Amino acid sequence: MKFSLGEDRVEFAAQVRRALEDGCTPKDVRAAWDGDLDRGVWQTLVDMGTTDPELDWVTRVAVAEEIGRAALPHPWVETAFVVGPILGDDLGAQLASTDLGTEGQTLGSQGLIPAGADADVLVLRWPRGLVVADPAQVAMEPVETVDGARRMVCRGEVRDIRDDQFRETEVQLAGALGTAAVLVGLGQHLLDTTVAYVSEREQFGQPVGGFQAVKHHLADAAKDLAFARPVVHRAAYRLHTDDPAAAVDVSTAKALASDAASLTAEVALQCHGAIGYTIEYDLHLWLKRVWALSRAWGDATHHRALVADALGLHAG
Amino acid sequence: MDLSWSEAEETFRAEARRWLEANVPHDIGSGDTRDGFARHLEWEQLLFEHRWAVVSWPEAYGGREASIWEWLIFEEEYYRAGGPQRVTQNGIFLLAPTVFAFGNHDQQDHVLPRMAAAEDLWCQGWSEPNAGSDLASVRSRAERVDGGWVLNGQKTWTTRGAFCTHLFGLFRTDPDSERHKGLSYLMVPFDIDGVTVRGFGRLDGDEGFAEVFFEDAFLPDDGIPGGPVLGEVDNGWRVAMATTGSERGLTLRAPGRFKATANRLVDLWHDSPGGRDGATRDRLVDAWMRAEAYDAFTLQTVTGIDEGNEPGAESSLNKIWWSELDVELHRVALDLLGPEAEREHAWSKGWQFSLSGPIYAGTNEIQRNIAAERLLGLPRVKR
Repeated sequence: MKFSLGEDRVEFAAQVRRALEDGCTPKDVRAAWDGDLDRGVWQTLVDMGTTDPELDWVTRVAVAEEIGRAALPHPWVETAFVVGPILGDDLGAQLASTDLGTEGQTLGSQGLIPAGADADVLVLRWPRGLVVADPAQVAMEPVETVDGARRMVCRGEVRDIRDDQFRETEVQLAGALGTAAVLVGLGQHLLDTTVAYVSEREQFGQPVGGFQAVKHHLADAAKDLAFARPVVHRAAYRLHTDDPAAAVDVSTAKALASDAASLTAEVALQCHGAIGYTIEYDLHLWLKRVWALSRAWGDATHHRALVADALGLHAG
Repeated sequence: MDLSWSEAEETFRAEARRWLEANVPHDIGSGDTRDGFARHLEWEQLLFEHRWAVVSWPEAYGGREASIWEWLIFEEEYYRAGGPQRVTQNGIFLLAPTVFAFGNHDQQDHVLPRMAAAEDLWCQGWSEPNAGSDLASVRSRAERVDGGWVLNGQKTWTTRGAFCTHLFGLFRTDPDSERHKGLSYLMVPFDIDGVTVRGFGRLDGDEGFAEVFFEDAFLPDDGIPGGPVLGEVDNGWRVAMATTGSERGLTLRAPGRFKATANRLVDLWHDSPGGRDGATRDRLVDAWMRAEAYDAFTLQTVTGIDEGNEPGAESSLNKIWWSELDVELHRVALDLLGPEAEREHAWSKGWQFSLSGPIYAGTNEIQRNIAAERLLGLPRVKR
């Protein structure tokens, strides 16, 4: 028994963090709102091997946390967790994205495609299953969403598809796990920056972080993130070892990570006060990503329902 | 990352499971009543005879020298089999780690095996009427005299104090000292003159609490072989903090207990006639997931300990997590039971007990302060 990422993965994640500190600043995240996605940082991530389809799941979640910490706007989870590993091909520097449709479920992005206009490969829901499509063959309309950096488009007519098909379950597990790890990273950034802010900001002659009401908010956020993280790691390990418990673990990870990041986002805004409630201040870039991703690939309630079914708990 | 158990660990688990399934007593009632405590002692003695009382201790003291992983496995199997509360736990999990860390050989050789065998029954004497969350305002004092100490003062909230034979606690040995300084960690047999123990009812009515009065009680130096002072005189705060680490963190609360409760909650769902609505199911699964998270977090913590890291202020997050989890597991159970929840039974008893979790071992408000200051580095200023 050894429940830790291990030195190699920790070091790899640290390298990714340093690369993103340079390559994905808040200014770069803002640029994604109305400019183009920067291909330079994407190339760096590809060159570092973060999208390698041979990477193991535990390494992937370690990297995903860094992707979240930096609020990288690119569809990295869709590429590195979902499309790459499932196609089994090295996508090179291509961006991949997914639209898993609705089918009455709160999954995927409900007919919206993250960075759809930027993607080089798409995986779509099709009547007979999930299929690959060339973005040039798919009509798309830009959609205004709360987190503009997600660069969502709405799918229109699909003129042609390729004939690959994927197992839905694998796709859902991969997407939910990657998003859970990103949420932990987003939450960690929000916690760290809020701690730094309340340690400096003074009112009543002392840092506001000295007041118990503020301390307790932040202790709760730290607690929920600290307990969500090992669940994400264990889910990745179980997926890696083809453990039958993996599906329940992934749902547990997504539910707890969604809730932990959502709580942290609320706490971060409240502890910042009015400065956090502005578009000029960077905080909103992370808040809005949390709001989007906590519901993408199934929200907490959806994943609890999946686990309820696995435990044989039927309502009514 | 390797989440598999070794062959030796699996063998250990199988042996523990076999023995526990064959021997765990059911329906022995609460260990916090006089009669129930006596029945629990029989069970504790059976555990000791079969070397399951203190699996992680040296063989010489009745243990199996089990690794920390095997200890976790034992706890998981213990609660899975429906094992009763351990009425010896305050000695085994709170005092013993301190005796191992600070005791001299005579103290260890005397205190530990008798504790493991449930011959000496230890209760904790920290809180006082005016020293609760603010433990450093302890006023009970021990005055040095020829051949021993004279104790005066009062301890309270002493769990199972009325049924125990010994107390460990903090006493002010430097009369001019304040707060954390000048305290000593003493081990006190109750059979010395000048000690009065009065049991009183907890929230659930059981006589699980006691207050202990010391009136010129003479504690001789040979009252405990090796001496009654654990660690150095006037250094008791540091010695005591070693045990609060145990109480808040891992040792008292292995995940097996909460996983077993969560699984019993799933059984309750299947058995309960009403209340099986979607909203309750959602809360049940959330609590079940939090028990799983506690398990994963613990495996991560134990890996750290195994690699030589001291568990730090994370233990405060740990304490908040398990105590709030325990409350929620029982709250969902009562909601499933509906009007039946009003009856006295294991769930209503467990609910009342769970409510003590956020209060004892340092209230959760204190834990949030500790986490904010020591883990997040927020400023320690006037609140």
